[in-house]
Amino acid sequence: MADVAIPAAAARPRRRNALLAFCIAQPLGAAGAIAIIVMGAAAIFAERVAPYDPVAIDFGAMLAGPTVDHWFGTDAFGRDILTRVIYGARTALAIGFLSSFLGCTVGAVVGVASAYFGGRTDMVIQRIMDILLSFPIIVLALVVVAMLGRFLVLGVDLNLILAIAIPMLPRVARVVRSSALSIRELPYIDAARVQGFGHARIIFRHMVPNVAAPYLIMFTASIAQAILLEASLSFLGLGVTEPTPAWGLMLSGNASDFYREAPWMILFPGLAISVAVFAFNLFGDSLRDWLDPKFKV
Amino acid sequence: MVAVAVEPRRDVANAPVILSVENLHVHFATSRGLVRAVEGVSYQVRRGEVLAVVGESGCGKSVSALAIMRLLARPAGRVAAGRVVFDGRDLLKLSDDEMRRVRGREIGMIFQEPMTSLNPVLPIGLQIMEPLRIHLGMGEEQARLRAVELLRMVGITDPERRLNQYPHHFSGGMRQRVMIAIGLACNPKLLIADEPTTALDVTIQAQILELMRDLSQRLDVALIIITHNLGVVARYADRVNVMYAARVAEQGTSDDIFLRPRHPYAMGLMRSVPRLDRPRGVRLETIEGLPPNLLDPPAGCRFAPRCQFRVDVCSSEPELLETESGHRAACHRAVEFASGALAPPALQPLAAVRAAEAQAEVAPILAVEGLKKYFPVARSTGLFARISAEVRAVNDISFAIRPGETLGLVGESGCGKTTVGRLILRLETPTAGEIRFGGKDIAGHDAQDLRAMRRRIQAIFQDPYSSLNPRMTVGQIIAEPLQVYRMVPNARAAKDRVAELLSQVGLFPYMAERYPHEMSGGQRQRVGIARALAMEPSFIVCDEPVSALDVSIQGQIINLLEDLQRRLGLTYLFIAHDLAVVRHISNRVAVMYLGRIMELADRDAIYAAPQHPYTRALLDAAPVPDPEVERARAPRALKGEIPSPLSPPSGCVFHTRCPLAGEECRREVPELREAQPGHFVSCIKV
Repeated sequence: MADVAIPAAAARPRRRNALLAFCIAQPLGAAGAIAIIVMGAAAIFAERVAPYDPVAIDFGAMLAGPTVDHWFGTDAFGRDILTRVIYGARTALAIGFLSSFLGCTVGAVVGVASAYFGGRTDMVIQRIMDILLSFPIIVLALVVVAMLGRFLVLGVDLNLILAIAIPMLPRVARVVRSSALSIRELPYIDAARVQGFGHARIIFRHMVPNVAAPYLIMFTASIAQAILLEASLSFLGLGVTEPTPAWGLMLSGNASDFYREAPWMILFPGLAISVAVFAFNLFGDSLRDWLDPKFKV
Repeated sequence: MVAVAVEPRRDVANAPVILSVENLHVHFATSRGLVRAVEGVSYQVRRGEVLAVVGESGCGKSVSALAIMRLLARPAGRVAAGRVVFDGRDLLKLSDDEMRRVRGREIGMIFQEPMTSLNPVLPIGLQIMEPLRIHLGMGEEQARLRAVELLRMVGITDPERRLNQYPHHFSGGMRQRVMIAIGLACNPKLLIADEPTTALDVTIQAQILELMRDLSQRLDVALIIITHNLGVVARYADRVNVMYAARVAEQGTSDDIFLRPRHPYAMGLMRSVPRLDRPRGVRLETIEGLPPNLLDPPAGCRFAPRCQFRVDVCSSEPELLETESGHRAACHRAVEFASGALAPPALQPLAAVRAAEAQAEVAPILAVEGLKKYFPVARSTGLFARISAEVRAVNDISFAIRPGETLGLVGESGCGKTTVGRLILRLETPTAGEIRFGGKDIAGHDAQDLRAMRRRIQAIFQDPYSSLNPRMTVGQIIAEPLQVYRMVPNARAAKDRVAELLSQVGLFPYMAERYPHEMSGGQRQRVGIARALAMEPSFIVCDEPVSALDVSIQGQIINLLEDLQRRLGLTYLFIAHDLAVVRHISNRVAVMYLGRIMELADRDAIYAAPQHPYTRALLDAAPVPDPEVERARAPRALKGEIPSPLSPPSGCVFHTRCPLAGEECRREVPELREAQPGHFVSCIKV
């Protein structure tokens, strides 16, 4: 490894410095990023990292508290909670990341286009968004899941991702539209029009980069939200199903029956969700500041 | 209404001192280091005196006023040293409670932006009565009576009824009157006005300043006016502080500063503004360079790097020393200036008469015929809103511009001058009328045909901060049209062309790497000009290109525009509200009011012999930076407000404010007719 890494690093000193500069300028963001990287690594290398099999049932160690053998304790089936938290990161990140990316990106493009074209286009798009917004998030997601059923690709339910992405779309579209509206009125957009640039160039070159800040905030915040929504759907039996390890699922089912006797059953998955949400939010805020050229010295 | 008989300036020199600022230092802790925003500023204000603090943005003039009021943004800003003695007490030593009793009661303050400094959800009566009840303990009825009296005093008619109205019922000028009423509510001894008229139109500005000076004399209130407008200073100030880079550069009576400046910065300022009272035809003198960054100011004299009289001794710090009685300048060579041993060189005449002035009979490059733009306005909001009114932003105007010429378009805000520019740029589609560019009508064209035309007509915008995409480097901004229109074969050629354009506008090629926020306002405006030039246009619409810039930078940009015009044979439509700037740069001038052209003539004719009463009023209202000239002029503030373009007056739109208006003006819409050869006026009385 080492003999490969050195010339690569020498060839890209700027990149190295940028990374270092980010860590110095945004220590909290770096902490968030480290938490995300740890979670990502846990998700990818779950088989190697986790001490047990996530679905292995051990009736000899049911509802055992944290011990040397089971750091986070075990659940009602005697499954190791640490293992399930590690495998749960896989579910959480895959669904959280993919659904947020889908929901936010489509939402941002809809929002910018709505603001840029204005008038009737804007009116129609916004009324559609109003209809979507009029449903509570969980109800809308339930409807989508119920209508579409399951569609598994590589163990990931694509329809679940869609169900989580759709309720996000109008919210992102609204936020992005409002900042795009103020950008549309700025003289540099007029300048681009005066120079005779096409709609696509103005939208993608001049407007989209300038709504990156709300987009990134929405994106990172909605990863956290998506993780929670996935947990809720799983809790209701419409998301991830047993025995697949997922944080939300671990909070529900038996955990709610035994939380007095075995608080670790909800404590550790709950902590995992909190840490994930916090890490994404910290990282998102720092990334926004970092990407804004005004913050660069 | 406000105009009282001009009295000779009172002798305020012997009045008791009300405020004494001694060696004030203000520091701001920022993420990039300590900014010394005010350094060692000392001055005194006497009762009934008008003190003007002038300087460019960032020189510390507002910060020093906020420090007096103890309103610095905490915790970043703090007073590091100094004393502010007001009426025998050091304000900096008062407790917060004591200070609160001074603010509003003994020192009033008026801010720049009348649109946002009143609370929009409270009736103005309540806002005027608030300080009366808090500070003076007045009862409801008593406070109401005083509020009525105050509104009457600041020239608001029907005050009883207006007490219950909300700020949005008032125009900008009226709101500023309300602010003055609030500032004066508790009979303060000192009123601080931070750029009180910068957001107002020139005719309204004159009304407000007349009012403020009149009240300060009648009520014996000391007045500190913070401004960047030298004309305002000359007309209204007794004493002047010129600030530069956190320090006082020069201090004296307004006669001292304007007639006998002793600091090269003050001299430069005076010479870099286009002036209505000086013959035209001289190139503006500019102060080269930029004000220093206060994070890392130069050692010694702050102005030395930009100073044409710099000598070795300037690397040491000059003290603010008296050159004549009461006149101080912080310059090592002030004594030489005072004795006449040293003087700035005479202004250089403009190199050559511009081409257009000689060839009058060339076909126009741009001709506008019967141009109209009405904006629909929905009276009610909601789903079933119906369009029930129109704003007639541009109402039937016609003019032509010859190649190589500059047509100046002046008028107050809301007169439609910017809309004219946007129509020509086809950022708006005209309601009616023709815009012929190079013989072809571009008013009705669709996007495809426009693309070819776009290259010929370019724009320079007002605000250098928002007219550049903040996420693109300067190089990318300028290179974009080159690439889109394939004007260069490859990236290398694009880079060379960007470098060439940057040098053409007086920037350095290495600046292509920078982002807009890394540059100053003047530099950004140069980038905006380079972007326009990249398209190789023949016609440029300049919409207030210098009004957002500091005085010393304005001159640089105006000179640049003139040089480029000469070198590249450009034609300009120059839209501005500053009459002196327009006079300097234009060959011909059109004056607009409420969507119509009032007068259109050769520059010299329109300024020397204005025909239309509105043009005359505008020229009267514009203050000139010369106290002697100002004293000789009677204050002739145009009365009234600009009517709403939603319901413009019948007949001649100006009749509601016109001193000549008669019955026939209400009925008849005057035609723009040729009163003298080449001099068009739309007034039936002329």
